[in-house]
Amino acid sequence: MNDPAPSQDAFESALAARTAPLHTGSKSTRVLGVLALVLLVSLLAFALVITPPEVSQRDSFRLLYLHVPSAIVSLYVAFAITLVGSIIYLRKQSVFWDLLAGAAAEVGVLFLGITLVTGMLWGKPTWGVYWQWDPRLTSTAVSFVLYAGYLAVRKLDMDPVVRSRRAAVLGIVSFLNLIIVRYSVQWWRGLHQGQTFDVADTQMDGVMLFTALLGVITMHVVFAWLVIHRFRVAWLEHQADEAGLDVALRERRAEGANV
Amino acid sequence: MTTPVIELAGAVSLIGRFPALAGADLSVGTGEVALLQGPNGAGKSTLLRLCAGLAPLSGGAGTVLGHDLSDRRERRALRRRVGLLGHGTALYDDLTVEQNVRFWTAANHGDLSTIEPAMDRLGVGGRLRTVPVSGLSAGQRRRTAMAVLVCRRPVLWLLDEPHAGLDAAGRDLVDELVHQAVASGATALVASHELDRVAGLATRVVHVVGGHITAQHSDAPAHGDLGGRGDLDDGEAT
Amino acid sequence: MLRDARLVASKDLRVEATSRVLTTQVLPFALLVLILFGFGISPDQQVISGAGEGTERVAILEKVAPGLFWLAVLFSTLLAIGRSFAIESVDGNLDALRMAGLDPAGVFLGKMSAVLAELLVLELVVGLGCFALYGPPLAHPVLLVTTVLSATLGIAAAGTLYAALAAGLRVRDTLVPLLVLPVLAPVLLAATLATEAALFGPDGDGWPWALLLGAFAVLYTGAGILAFGTLVEES
Repeated sequence: MNDPAPSQDAFESALAARTAPLHTGSKSTRVLGVLALVLLVSLLAFALVITPPEVSQRDSFRLLYLHVPSAIVSLYVAFAITLVGSIIYLRKQSVFWDLLAGAAAEVGVLFLGITLVTGMLWGKPTWGVYWQWDPRLTSTAVSFVLYAGYLAVRKLDMDPVVRSRRAAVLGIVSFLNLIIVRYSVQWWRGLHQGQTFDVADTQMDGVMLFTALLGVITMHVVFAWLVIHRFRVAWLEHQADEAGLDVALRERRAEGANV
Repeated sequence: MTTPVIELAGAVSLIGRFPALAGADLSVGTGEVALLQGPNGAGKSTLLRLCAGLAPLSGGAGTVLGHDLSDRRERRALRRRVGLLGHGTALYDDLTVEQNVRFWTAANHGDLSTIEPAMDRLGVGGRLRTVPVSGLSAGQRRRTAMAVLVCRRPVLWLLDEPHAGLDAAGRDLVDELVHQAVASGATALVASHELDRVAGLATRVVHVVGGHITAQHSDAPAHGDLGGRGDLDDGEAT
Repeated sequence: MLRDARLVASKDLRVEATSRVLTTQVLPFALLVLILFGFGISPDQQVISGAGEGTERVAILEKVAPGLFWLAVLFSTLLAIGRSFAIESVDGNLDALRMAGLDPAGVFLGKMSAVLAELLVLELVVGLGCFALYGPPLAHPVLLVTTVLSATLGIAAAGTLYAALAAGLRVRDTLVPLLVLPVLAPVLLAATLATEAALFGPDGDGWPWALLLGAFAVLYTGAGILAFGTLVEES
């Protein structure tokens, strides 16, 4: 550490020798990014302008074009990827799956946040209050904290391998718990009152159905784009760590010469 | 040389992101008492923990008692057969000396009939038996930990500063125990700053600096040459 | 596995028998929480209970006694599992446990059993406190006992699993509540509803929830047995 300049060079050359990807963008993901952008703009156009207001909920219904797909993507796609990634990581110890599990959970929590906020905004005009102890919203709130805990473990300052293994166990158990929370809360509220709202019950015409479908597709593409980039950043961080390690090894061995 | 108990080739062990061991080469045969020497932070404790199957082998190759250190399952099997006396004494403050020794011996699958003699030998029998560990002095705690180690009957003894905190009689006792274990076929790896004391005990001195082995003397030197570069065995000087 | 479990459980209970941290600190804390609930929810407030002609005015505290009981238990659980792993996180004890070659599943079952036994004792006292302070009736004792046993088993299993996950970390005390409480949320829900049915009846409402608690307990005991080795293993 006496002379930072050669160490920096050594670091860069060590980094260059690492396996790809060494950038966060690539041609195919740029196409994906443009596609996500186009889809988002058209979703906005359809959801806010082109579709008619819903018969009973009027304009507040438009929030659901974002709310429902966010919930689907986070609960059914993101955390399932985290589950699968965690299982494969524990079996094969491959960093790829560990980082993918983490990236999916991060974006999943973001989407859960969107689900919660849009759900509450939708609740205000619909129920007159932001929070109604609706089974889905309630269990979503618990799931949000559940996976926030998972992300907290991933951020712990500790041995990276131990942390990844503990996070993987958590990624698996959390999914189990996601299911328990979802069904027990629905059962609980189901005893007191019927479903407060069901998408299937609302009157939707062709354009509205199309917009709903567009929302689902859009959020999946946005999710994919975000996860890929989050993963690449994490991968780069990992590669930088490994490259730093090569340098640290050399410096550690040189300690003896200075004594 | 006899059959190797410890075989390390370019062993790397990380603590977090820090390479505590940065390519250590070491070969220790059955019945040897190898003394690890080196400045603070040189990697002696990590070397002991690596040989105990606790610290991970992040690079290079390593075998201890025939167990491959790169395999998690093998490392777990290895742990049962070695005894590590680290910086901590691994005693429950609220339990008495006897309760502690009894629990750990049972946990280690040791022979429960050896508890009494071991405690007496280490000087923590008699009156001290029923004293909670929280009421012991640092030296008495070390002695209790040694009693646990004796009951464990390890094939490989890994001792990290075993003389620290002990009185003269206690230090002699440690040396005697190591002698006896080695005489009955065990091997020992001892990290110590007390060269004078261990010199008589060691069959070999291993210098650890900067996370690797810089030099080895096949016989214990009579002088305290900490930065020794002579008598290269199979280590390398950088 | 069972030998190791018995060994670890008796060691943990012996540590508690000598140190008495739970009986002299956690138990009074739980009782204090019961009294504080009384301050937070005024004892004079009443709700109309029942439907149609059978309505009557009941003190809120009596009505919500089951939920308050389980909340007090949950808070105490955080302290109990914290203590369970605090005694292992000092002086190299975790390393020694790893070195001992104990079956990780056995260690999990042992620590879980000790926490279970400690919580059951605590619940007995806190439960009596609830009856004394809030004065609810007791319609179905069998359902109550079943609920308490299955809920506590689930709490002990999940609590031990998550405490192991944070074992040896500096941020253990702050991390464990964040991890454990959302996991135990369904237990709180089910245990409260089952206890409500056990106290006020009809017990038919409570049995499905008791069943759910049993399923949760089995699931988390299994998860703990499978995962404990990975959690306590250093890389």
